[in-house]
Amino acid sequence: MGLLQAHCPGAAGTNVKTNNIQLIIRLLIPLGAVLLALLIGAVMLLSLGADPVSGYATMFRAAFGSLDGFSETAIKSIPLLLIGVGICIAFRANVINIGGEGQMVVGALLATIIALAFPALPSLVLIPMVLLAGAVGGAFWGAIAGALKAWFNVSEILSTIMLNIVAVQVMNFLLRGPLIDPAEVARGTAIPQTMRLSSNADLPILIEGMRMHLGVVIALGMAVGAYFLLWRTSMGFRLRAVGYNPDASRYAGISVPKNVTAALAFSGAMAGIAGAILVFGSESHRMVTDGSSTGFTGSAGFNGIVVALLAGLHPLWSIPSALLFGGMLVGANALQRAAQVPSALIIALNGLIVVFVVSSEYFKQRMGSAPRVDDGPDPIEEGGNNG
Amino acid sequence: MADSLAVLIIVSTIASGIRLATPFLLASLGEALGQRSGVLNLGVDGVMLLGAFGAYYTVLQTNNPYYGLLVGIGTGLVLGVFYGFITLNLRAEQGVSGIGIYLFGLGMSDLLFQKFVGTPRPILPFMPLHFPVLSDLPIVGEMLFQHSIIVYIAFGLVPVMSFILYKTTYGLNIRAIGENPEAADSLGVSVMATRYSAIIIGNGLAGLAGAALAIELGIFQQNLTNAMGFIAIALVYFGAWTPTGVMLGSFLFGLVQAIVLQCKTFGVIPRSASDLAAMAPAIITILALVVVAKRFKQPAALTKPYVRGG
Repeated sequence: MGLLQAHCPGAAGTNVKTNNIQLIIRLLIPLGAVLLALLIGAVMLLSLGADPVSGYATMFRAAFGSLDGFSETAIKSIPLLLIGVGICIAFRANVINIGGEGQMVVGALLATIIALAFPALPSLVLIPMVLLAGAVGGAFWGAIAGALKAWFNVSEILSTIMLNIVAVQVMNFLLRGPLIDPAEVARGTAIPQTMRLSSNADLPILIEGMRMHLGVVIALGMAVGAYFLLWRTSMGFRLRAVGYNPDASRYAGISVPKNVTAALAFSGAMAGIAGAILVFGSESHRMVTDGSSTGFTGSAGFNGIVVALLAGLHPLWSIPSALLFGGMLVGANALQRAAQVPSALIIALNGLIVVFVVSSEYFKQRMGSAPRVDDGPDPIEEGGNNG
Repeated sequence: MADSLAVLIIVSTIASGIRLATPFLLASLGEALGQRSGVLNLGVDGVMLLGAFGAYYTVLQTNNPYYGLLVGIGTGLVLGVFYGFITLNLRAEQGVSGIGIYLFGLGMSDLLFQKFVGTPRPILPFMPLHFPVLSDLPIVGEMLFQHSIIVYIAFGLVPVMSFILYKTTYGLNIRAIGENPEAADSLGVSVMATRYSAIIIGNGLAGLAGAALAIELGIFQQNLTNAMGFIAIALVYFGAWTPTGVMLGSFLFGLVQAIVLQCKTFGVIPRSASDLAAMAPAIITILALVVVAKRFKQPAALTKPYVRGG
């Protein structure tokens, strides 16, 4: 709960004056956390023998300095945004979804199976089908953890972690066995990957000559959709009510178990779509495994948590947040080429940003912003809580 | 003859089960200590990775696995102080900040490895100890008395930890703070100091677990642990927060892994099926979590920061 209240940037409450101050503090502190992490990154760059100023400049130029670079950044941001949006939904219901990795994998697998089963369908049918399959797979995997929490009182943190491990083994099994590219078997190389999936399922390129594809639009659409779900539908109201005060919700006749399960299912669906987009928006248009989940997801299931935290657990703020982290990933690759600094630096910095953002709540409380009473609406929405 | 072959296979499977259980055991003992004091640490995997790299690099430089162990512990202790500061002084949300530590460890260990080692080079592993008479015993000797020192450290820690938790004032304080910090505080027990110590020791054990893993394997690579630290956290629940329970869980986990490995080697089951078998421990753990959640209560103050008068 503390997190929920503390990370909502800007709150429209009763007292306008304190709210302006709170808005500023809420916006500044996460940015401060990022800056602090970048500062530590600068020290690390220095000690690795690279010039931090030109290093960061290289990163920025690579990520945002050209249309091509921005296209790469947008592509890298897709899974981060979708995971982040899913984290926002889950957190609003007071559920921590650490299972993004596994949900991405399961969603991608189901989408891949659909594409293998119906390769001849026209794009207009097949693309929505594979995306839906991704959503269903991820939602199913998330709902398992939700049901375990709701009816068996199993911590979702633990069950999602275990489900991540199970998902990876399912992936390894399927890609080494039933789904493996027959050509790999024939050649005897047996790389665990599917054949090149039906080109009817390729996500269309948005702008000629660039890699940016339909996935960007879908991710943005999901962010907006999640915003509407949370603040414009009764379903969303129930999710937030259960997260804010389960006892009162129960008293009001809202089923806590059902909504906890729904929250994890929604969250998982976002991750599943991200997994499907990773497959059908990839350059190889196959699903490949290196035996671990990070090999497929690039740790997006975890990095997306950073995106959501920095965005104050708000789906729309997650968009700039995801672009920032997507840009950092693209920039890190450029930095590796330019200054031989391993791009793993960015994963380490992401970890620090998480730690700093979560720790910054303490300073918010100290800076005199009184704890908020309502789980109120967000800066974009003026009308107030539609509860 | 067939019988003696079967015995041989069973003995070597159990022996390797014990060996494979060791990193899990060390990490989950540490996690259990922290959780008993009311602090959840989801960063175990990251701490293990950094401990593993620290140990690997040290052994690479010094050719002495014992220095590696010390560096592994040291890395964990330092991260423990850091984690204590975040969760105790700044009262950060424990579930999420642990993920931060995990990401930090994942990225940092990879970064250091690529920068300072680059291509994987093997290091000197531990030599198995040789006990007079005991090691030469048939069956039992191979099963129990031909392991490296780290295995005995890990399993030796189980009774030590039980003794500390249940027979000493310090252990009583830890348990009291994990259940009811207000009451313990009112009796003059320092919640802060006790939790700090539990977290630091717990992280030290996680670092040691990473070191044990790297030295046993004799290598380091990106994401060496492959989520072992997360499994260690689940094993704490599996073992219902007792050292003995944690040990049984770790052994079961190690044993299942060993059986899967044996089946792979002997080609008893096809490779693809062994992937399915490899998920058995995770599924067993999920089922165990259901049972544990029903029968046992987690420490009442787990994940709740303590504010005096708050």
